[in-house]
Amino acid sequence: MNVDRITGKLNILADAAKYDVSCASSGSKRKNENKGLGNASNGICHSYTEDGRCVSLLKILLTNHCIFDCAYCVSRKSNDIQRAAFTVQEVVDLTINFYRRNYIEGLFLSSGIFKDADFTMERLVRVAKKLRTEHNFNGYIHLKSIPGASDELMNEAGLYADRLSVNLEMPTEAGLKLLAPDKNQADMIKPMGYLKSAIIQRTEEKKLFKKAPIFAPAGQSTQVIIGATPENDSQVLQSANYFYKNFNLKRVYYSGYVPVLADSRLPALNTTVPMVRENRLYQADWLMRFYGFKVNEIVNDSQPHLDLDIDPKLSWAIRNMQVFPIDINKADLQMILRIPGIGLQSAQKIVAARRFGRLNWDQLKKIGVALNRAKFFITCNSSQFERRDLTGSSIKQFILATSQSKFLKNTQVQLNLF
Amino acid sequence: MTTLIYDGTFEGLLTVVFEIYDRRLDRVNLQRNQPDTAAFFENKLQVTTDEIRANRVLKGLTQRISAMGIQRLYAAHLAEMEGEDNNLVGYIRYAFDAAQNIEEDYGNRFVLRVSEMVRMVRREKHRMEAFVRFQKLKDDIFYAAVEPDFNVLPLLIRHFKSRYADQKWIIYDLRRKYGIYYDLHDTQYISLDFANIGKPANIIAAFTEEETIYQHLWKNYFTSVNIPSRKNTRLHVRHIPKRYWKHLTEKI
Repeated sequence: MNVDRITGKLNILADAAKYDVSCASSGSKRKNENKGLGNASNGICHSYTEDGRCVSLLKILLTNHCIFDCAYCVSRKSNDIQRAAFTVQEVVDLTINFYRRNYIEGLFLSSGIFKDADFTMERLVRVAKKLRTEHNFNGYIHLKSIPGASDELMNEAGLYADRLSVNLEMPTEAGLKLLAPDKNQADMIKPMGYLKSAIIQRTEEKKLFKKAPIFAPAGQSTQVIIGATPENDSQVLQSANYFYKNFNLKRVYYSGYVPVLADSRLPALNTTVPMVRENRLYQADWLMRFYGFKVNEIVNDSQPHLDLDIDPKLSWAIRNMQVFPIDINKADLQMILRIPGIGLQSAQKIVAARRFGRLNWDQLKKIGVALNRAKFFITCNSSQFERRDLTGSSIKQFILATSQSKFLKNTQVQLNLF
Repeated sequence: MTTLIYDGTFEGLLTVVFEIYDRRLDRVNLQRNQPDTAAFFENKLQVTTDEIRANRVLKGLTQRISAMGIQRLYAAHLAEMEGEDNNLVGYIRYAFDAAQNIEEDYGNRFVLRVSEMVRMVRREKHRMEAFVRFQKLKDDIFYAAVEPDFNVLPLLIRHFKSRYADQKWIIYDLRRKYGIYYDLHDTQYISLDFANIGKPANIIAAFTEEETIYQHLWKNYFTSVNIPSRKNTRLHVRHIPKRYWKHLTEKI
């Protein structure tokens, strides 16, 4: 092995892949069979970059050569950068050896477009196939499907990969046309549609025949770039909601645009990365997927943007004061999940624990409720509760004043702008 | 107040519970085997671990709480936290005294404390599953050194055994001076005699050549994926507390 050559390639092709946010390695159920290597049953983050993102998978491009010229992408054709390409065997060796040392949960393989969609997709599939069939590798494999790849290749990809994804790139078709003139949304949606029906069909088969092969057990995901085009949060979340509903996506990732290229169509190079906005979008996404919120309750035409200084659940609560206060000892789980400062786990614990007796402030705090927010919205088995008739905006002021560290420290860079 | 001294094992703890009921003790204080320094006049009892008695308590307990509940108790015990054994005994007594299953009674202080301890131990277990870094030795064994706060090695066996079924490996707890060794069939507890190897760091002499290459590649990868314009040191350190750094290839 030529160490310098591999090191050089790894540096280039890991660097180029780092703007892809997805690094999840959960949601699969692949077991280690016949004393092979690895399993993909629970996701583990093995390390964290200095910017705080998790490193769970070896996330690399097969190549950063690309025939496309998307404005936001470092690998675009017209960008003057060093190009490299891995061979299939090199990716396999890296994956296996990193996995054996417990550095990673598996492989996330994406690629620039070599020649055309199928030519590139075929190589991605070959890596996954080699890992599964020659090395008895049961770790996690996420393949980035190439828009426009044929159904046959998508089908083969599903047999070897745990998760497949097609990046939507921009939340709207108009945004995509502006920044990625070579791409169109229809090409991205086609493989999503194919995968959706294939996954449903294979799940049905699996119910009938235990031996039927698993097919993309961790489902499919996508990614949209935030802040490169002028879409508002409502457009972003409505679009995410559409794809969750119509394509059974497991995740939508929101990637705050990191300015890497000078282009008149893009925010200037010194623009700050919209990290708080990105965080709020993920919180809103969680509310939609796990907390029973409808997208219109979080954002709508009169409320097109998420609050940057408070989380979206708190924001919803102070717009809907008529719902509160909620009695912790009586309300059903769905209602408790809507209280600011109470997460999924605390809500479940509350519902379980109150069968044994009514809960008070002290017990709620120990269970894990963030009382600094929750106390304005609940009553419980304590006589002292917030009796003043506070308005939504004064509650917001109180909470902001008492939770400086959590909400303000990180946003300082952005607040200074105002 | 009776002080019960036991050997610090889970079986020992269950034996203690047997003694408490057998002698109808009310207020108790548990102590792990240590040189005796406490007050002279205190009422003390040395409890010898007894498998039969421990099993009787365990059997009784399985009728009161679920198998998962017992696993949780075991995990909480592995925290080996000063003074916390009393809460474990409190939990067990509450389980025996109550008319119904009390596992989810988070309003009760023992149940709540045990759930906190379980959370701490499981978090460390999960971190070890993430932060173990194997190094390939010349005899094809993958070796990793760890120094967890809690005694989590017993909780790691299942995970690593099912993940690395086709390679021999050792995970060694430098603080507690014992390790687990998987020989392609079974795992066993071992202790290494570092006196003969020199310092643990000297084990480098036993590395395969490719080991240095992959460590180098991994460090490079770690640097390449960082996005400097998103730097967030506070978040970074929260995810990887500094005490773990000295065993992490990418942070050395």
